[in-house]
Order: sequence, then C-alpha cells, then structure tokens
Amino acid sequence: MKLELRGITKRFGNFTANDHIDVIVESGQVHSLLGENGAGKSTLMNVLFGLYEATEGQILIDDKPVKFNGPGDAMAAGIGMVHQHFMLVPVFTVAENVALGNEDTGPGGILNLEKTRARIREISDRYGFGVDPDALVEDLPVGVQQRVEIIKALVRNAKVLILDEPTAVLTPQETDELLNIMRQLRDSGTAVVFISHKLREVKAISDVITVIRRGKVVGKADPGASAAELAALMVGRSVSLTLDKDAPTLGAETFKVTDLSVLADTGQLLLDSLSFSISQGEILAVAGVQGNGQTELTEAIMGLLDHVSGSISLDGKELIGRSVKQIINSGVGFVPEDRSTDGVIGTFTVAENLVLNQYDKAPFAHGMNMKPAVMLKNALKKITEFDVRTQGPDAAAGTLSGGNQQKVVMARELSRPLKLFIASQPTRGVDVGSIEFLHRRIVAERDSGTPVLIVSTELDEVVELADRIAVLYKGKLVGIVPGDTPRDVLGLMMAGASNEEAETQSGTEGKEPA
Amino acid sequence: MSNTPELPPAEHTETLATPPPAPVSQLHAEPESSLLKRIMTGNGLVSVLAVVLSLVVGAILIAFTDERVTSTASYFFSRPTDMISAVWTSVSEAYIALFQSSIINTSASSFSDAIYPLTETLTIATPLVLAGLGVALAFRVGLFNIGAQGQIILGAAFAGWVGFTLDLPVGIHLIVAVIAGIIGGALWGGIAGFLKARRGAHEVIVTIMLNYIAVYLLLYLLSTPAFQRPGSNNPLSEPVAESAAYPLMFGADFRLHYGFFVALAAVAFTWWLLNRSTTGFEMRAVGANPVAAKTAGINVGRAYLLAMLIAGGLAGLAGTAQILGTERSLSGGIAASFGFDAITVALLGRSSPIGTLFAGLLFGALRAGGVGMQANTGIPIDIVLVVQSFIVLFIAAPPLVRSIFRIGTAKPKNKKAAAPAATGGAA
Repeated sequence: MKLELRGITKRFGNFTANDHIDVIVESGQVHSLLGENGAGKSTLMNVLFGLYEATEGQILIDDKPVKFNGPGDAMAAGIGMVHQHFMLVPVFTVAENVALGNEDTGPGGILNLEKTRARIREISDRYGFGVDPDALVEDLPVGVQQRVEIIKALVRNAKVLILDEPTAVLTPQETDELLNIMRQLRDSGTAVVFISHKLREVKAISDVITVIRRGKVVGKADPGASAAELAALMVGRSVSLTLDKDAPTLGAETFKVTDLSVLADTGQLLLDSLSFSISQGEILAVAGVQGNGQTELTEAIMGLLDHVSGSISLDGKELIGRSVKQIINSGVGFVPEDRSTDGVIGTFTVAENLVLNQYDKAPFAHGMNMKPAVMLKNALKKITEFDVRTQGPDAAAGTLSGGNQQKVVMARELSRPLKLFIASQPTRGVDVGSIEFLHRRIVAERDSGTPVLIVSTELDEVVELADRIAVLYKGKLVGIVPGDTPRDVLGLMMAGASNEEAETQSGTEGKEPA
Repeated sequence: MSNTPELPPAEHTETLATPPPAPVSQLHAEPESSLLKRIMTGNGLVSVLAVVLSLVVGAILIAFTDERVTSTASYFFSRPTDMISAVWTSVSEAYIALFQSSIINTSASSFSDAIYPLTETLTIATPLVLAGLGVALAFRVGLFNIGAQGQIILGAAFAGWVGFTLDLPVGIHLIVAVIAGIIGGALWGGIAGFLKARRGAHEVIVTIMLNYIAVYLLLYLLSTPAFQRPGSNNPLSEPVAESAAYPLMFGADFRLHYGFFVALAAVAFTWWLLNRSTTGFEMRAVGANPVAAKTAGINVGRAYLLAMLIAGGLAGLAGTAQILGTERSLSGGIAASFGFDAITVALLGRSSPIGTLFAGLLFGALRAGGVGMQANTGIPIDIVLVVQSFIVLFIAAPPLVRSIFRIGTAKPKNKKAAAPAATGGAA
C-alpha cells in the first residue's frame, strides 16, 4: 500500500498550519516526520486521520484519491494512529478496549470477546508484546498500554501506523523496545509513520526522514545525517547541540534535604525518605520517568504540599512549615512543570506575569500602590533580554506560544538574587533554538554560585546540564551518580535498578542504541 | 519583540521566531474558560448591542399589547399604513415616556421639574451601582456572589440601628452609621468567604442560603423592641435620626441624596483596588488562575475571604443608601430586589467598576422611566423587567448577538497571536 499526501494545506483563520505538504509513505518503511513543537506535524496527521479537513490538497491511497470524514473512515482505509495521550478506558480489560468501537456480538446483543482475545494473543505472540488480553489497562505500565494502542490499530488491519511522539512517556529501555517493535512491523510490511522531535530516535529507526518547519516540508534527510545536520534542518540555522560548560566550582552545601517524605491526601506515600544536598555552584538534575515523584519533590520544597515530613533546609533555615511566599522571599526561584497552569496566568499581561511573585515588592509597588510604569519598563527589558516573542508587554500571556511562556517564567525567576533555583522541565515544548539559550541561562545561574535543582524527564537534558544526577523511581531515590554516567546505566536506574545493579547489567547487556 | 524597529540580521530573525502554537492544543484549550467566566467578562460591544436588541424586543412587545395596533392589524392587508403608523405611535410614545421619566422631562414647566426624572434615576442607581460593585469585585476573584441581597439587608439593619438608636453629633452619626452598614454587609459576605477559604464550601450555595437567613432575621429583628417602632405591631422601625441620614442634594422635593457620591467614590475605590493595588493584583490572580496564584506565593484563601468581605461591605453600603437615604425606616422590603438586580448590573458591566457604574445608571433609568411610562401611556412597567431579562439573555449568548448584527466571529485570542508569528516566520 502506498499512501500519498499531495499538497496538503490546512489553515486556521489566517494562520497556515500546513502549507502544501507532500509526503509519500510506502509499505515496509519507517517514515519519520521530524520537526519542532508547533511545526505542524500533528496537524498534518490529524488531517490524514480524518480529524481535520484539509483546506487544500488530496490524500491518495495506491494513487486513488480518498476522502476521510472522520477517524472511522481512516481506520477503514487501513490507517491506524497511536496518539500521544492514549485513548484507552482504564477500567476496561485489554480485550474490551481493543473491541471497543467494533465489538462482536452473539445472539441478543451479548458481547463476544473470544475472537478479539484470540486476535490479541496472535498479534502479541507475533511481535513479542507479552500483552494479556484479560489484564485491566489501569494495571499496565505505560509502555504496555502503548502496545495495547498498537494492537488496537493492528486488529483493525492497519497498513499504515502513525505514532505521534510515542517515546515522550517511555523510559529509555521502553523506548528501545518500542523501536524494536517498529522494526518488526516494518519488516512485516506495515508502513510506520514516526512523529518525533528527538533526533537520536529518528536517526536510529528511520528509512526516510521528512523535515517539517513552520508548516512546510523543508527537506528530506538521510538517516545517516549527523544530529547537528538534522537539527539545523529542523530549526533553520545551525544549532549547537552540546552545551559548553566549565567544571563546577563548588561552594558550601547550602541546600539540604533530609528524610523528606510526602503523603498524598489518600495516605499514599508519594516520596519516601529522600536525602540529598546541593552545593553552591552545582546543578543536581533529577532523572526519572514522569510520575515517579519529581513533581512532588519540587512542590514540597516550594511549600505547596500538605503532609510533608523530614527537613528541607536552605542556608541553615528550615523551609518546611513556611508559606510559599516566605519560601519565595527567602530566595528560591521556581519554574513549575506545567507553565500554562502553574507558571503564568493566561489572561494577565506579559508585564503582569513577569512580576507575578514580586508584585508587592519594590520597585514594583510602594505600599499598596502598584507601579504600572515600572512594571512596563521591567517587561520591556526582560522581553529583550530573554527574546520573548510577543506583540508587546500588554499582550495576554495566553496568546504566547508555550516556549515563549516558558521564557516569561524563566525571565521572572532568574531576575532576582537567588539562593536556590529549581526548574521543572525547563525546556519542555520549547524549540531547539531556545533550549540552547535557556540552558545557557541555567548554567550562568549556577556559575554565579546558586545551587540549582533541575527536574527533567528528558534524559538528554539531564545529561546535558547535570553535575550530578539523582534518579527517582516510585518516590524513592534510587541513587545519586556523577553527571557523566552512561545513558544506559541511567536508563536502568530509571526503571528501578540500583546504581550497582545498573552498572553490572549494562556492562553485560551491551551498548545504548545508535 | 516582534516590532523592534531595527531588524536583526536574517539568520538571527529565524532564531527569534518561535513556531506558532499547535492548533490542536488551541482547540483543546478553548472550553477551559467556563461559560460563567465568558459571560461575566465578555466584550463591551456585546453589552451595548444586547441593550439595543432588548429595547427592540421591548418595542415589539409594546406594539403587540397596544390596542390601537391590534385593531389596525385586522385590516392590515387592505391598509397596512394604518398599522405601521399605529406601531410607530405606540412604540415611540412609550419610549419617549420612558426617556422623559428617566432623563429630562422636556414638557416640564420649570427647571426642577425637568431634571426631576434624572435625579430619580440617580437615586435608584445608587444602591444598584454599590451592590453591583460587590458582585463584580467578587466575580473578578472567581466568586459568584449571589448574596448581595442578604448583604444589603444586613448593612441596612446595622446602619439603621445606629441611625435610630444612638444619639451622636451631626456628621459623626452619619459616618458611624455608614461604617456600621459596611460592617453588617462585610460580616454577611465574610461568612461565605470564610467558609469558602477554610472549607471549600461553594459560595453560590452559601450566599443563597444567607439571603434567606437575612430576610427572616430582619423580620425577626423588626419584631423585637430594639428595632420595632414603639406602640406599633407592624414590622417597621422608627425613622433614622436626621443626623444619621444622607443629606438630600436638592431639598425635600427630590429624593436624591449624597449617597450617590458615596457610590461614585466606591467606583473609584474599587477601580483602584482591582487595577492599581497589590491586594487587587492578588485577587485578580486568584480569580484568573488560583493554581498559578498559589505557586506564586499568593494566599488563595485569604484572597477569597478578603474579596467577600469587601464585596459584602459594598453591598452593605447599598443598604445604607436605602436606609439612610431613600427609605429612612427599616422594613421587610428595605432591599427591594436590588441585590438580585445587582447581579445583572455587574453582568452588563462585565465585572469592571466603570462598566458597573454605567450599567447601574442604565438600570436606574429603566426603573425610574418604567414608572413614568406606566403612568403616562398605560404600558405596564413589567415591560421594563422583560427588557432587563432580555439583556441578560443576550449577554449570555454572544454568538446570537453577533449573528444578528453580522459581526464576524471573534477569533480566539491565541490565533491572533499566532498570525504575526507565522508571517514573521515567512519573512
């Protein structure tokens, strides 16, 4: 089967998300769509999957034009899609989820899942998925849930399988397994469309790479091309992918966490007796798969959580028990994980967001009176300094792209004397060009003698920034290792293996992919 | 900044331009702002058009209920001009009467008669603006304050008690009574704010219940010796002392009192509080995004409590306008329906202090004019209520108003921002 997108254009109002995109996907190939967040990859795939109607252009299957009015049509034509956020019913079994939408029924409309179970077993055995049709989806790890999504597509005889940023939620090991599955699917004749902005993975798996920038196909790349070349194509200029940073000059250990435990309202243990410390001028990066306690760690430090026990001390002062405001005022800068809900107020102007936690201090306020002129001046300065792309300081922060909102948060937090800087997912959803800039700012903060705590689920980022790496797994600190620890050792630790286990295992199992 | 005069070198431009936000996320993000929020903070044009449309609906109703129109309608097809002129006469007569009874009576013989309607409008607008400010302020902090009615009652009861019980020097008596009114309203609002801040109790339910409690509490108080007029069995208090009353502006022939300036001052105060004070910044932050506010170190519970205290205080001031201004004696009907109309006023004013002022004036005019319209043309004052209700209806349905006036559908904000980013990228 050959799938062709010819001249696809998709406009939203006067904004063009896809501009005459031509892509040909053939059986037995892994075709990667490489592009930054917001380049238009997902829009294109939603057009293909029948979720959006193209403004112009055609979709052809085996050279015959087709028209999809919804995902049902696309699926019937042999196109399957695994969304970034899974479309599964957690309380249903695997078989029920797979059957959902085209269930077999016996007499009287009684559900008959036997055929579905058999199909799941067959597919699972063929590709080595190890999926039990009767397991409840909510009990399955994320990687396995993703396989259930793939099974859903395969059961419907998908000839083209679209994977939208599939590795964002996986550990490095799970990622490797997924890449293997993709290879098997390709070898059995399926066309795989792999959407990603991660160069390493794209290089490892692709037969064909199409690079999309600002809604346009800017070129095809050879999988053998270097990461720097791919990045340059993706961003449109040469980017430095490695961060130049000097060895840290360590000062005193001013930030100490001892036996920190956090309970959820339900009594569940979210963080289990964490102890670590960070020195002045040092970056400690916390690695781990999303949802292993990283969010709770940063929020506990900021005083945002109840049920916190243990001790968190900064410059000898205990932070637990203090209000968020007191903690901020004692010199802690915090970039929260989800900027659009925690970091900025969408309806507030950029200028207001730039003083969101400094609004009541000089020079922005005098007594109860705020000083709009000073806020405006501050905003103009920060917008230039941090390259924030906005229509102006009075634009609502919600109108900014994610990367620019992040710059606003970073600008706010890095603009005052800090005793501790915490950044959670500092560059999530930020374009490659800005990542470089933000990373340099973080390192500059470290070099000015501030202890820095980075939480990131992107292993690349952790390795890039860290002087030391702490790995969290299920709320426990698996270990703290040096910044130059090999990626595969970190990967094993992120799956729960201890420091020593990880090192011996990775020694026997071999090297990291690509 | 995208519009820096000096263009950076070409290569640099590329690094500055960030990709536009993914449209997928835009589509998903839209339902986030709640319906209520959109209604309360919709755009000003819609408010104005809603008023115009409602007056049109009112005109239709006036035409249909007019006898001359119905009698000419029977031979509409033989002589349509008769009916058209009948419609014109009845509608224009009604609205001219409405105007003459609310703004300026052009047929009056003396100047004071001519401006009397305007003073009536301002008199009625005073409590509407004050209570409307209370609702608007609470809304900006994310609270739907249905309790203005109860807060007015408590404010009036407190101020009234000071007014007819204490014996204080001129000037001081009024100030003490006004402060008592603020305290009464703030107390009632504060209960809802406290329960919201501490226990997460929903303010809508709490304020509705507090309205009932206030009504029956007032009736009970009016049966106690402390409040009831001696020697009377009616639920009515003694009139407040002259020293505690707002002085009348233009003598005994007019009801307009200096409480109107209190309302203007309250508009200015609320505007300053919301837009220029640190407390207002906190409040607006909490109203717009409580999670981000909390992360920025703002005490969300305190903002809720404070907002309801101030909102209640403003409604309490509306109560003082009633008891120390127009009514002078405390009765069961002291708050009329001002507390509920205040919600509409805040709604029409899009929760901004200035908008609330104008909306309050408009509603005052409709009320004052409605009375005159009924007296002069026999058209029931209920038409005014219908017009008011249609205003709410149209404000709640902006797409309807836009389609009637063929205004292009307003694009979501983030798309507007995406456009320059995209063109910048193409350059």
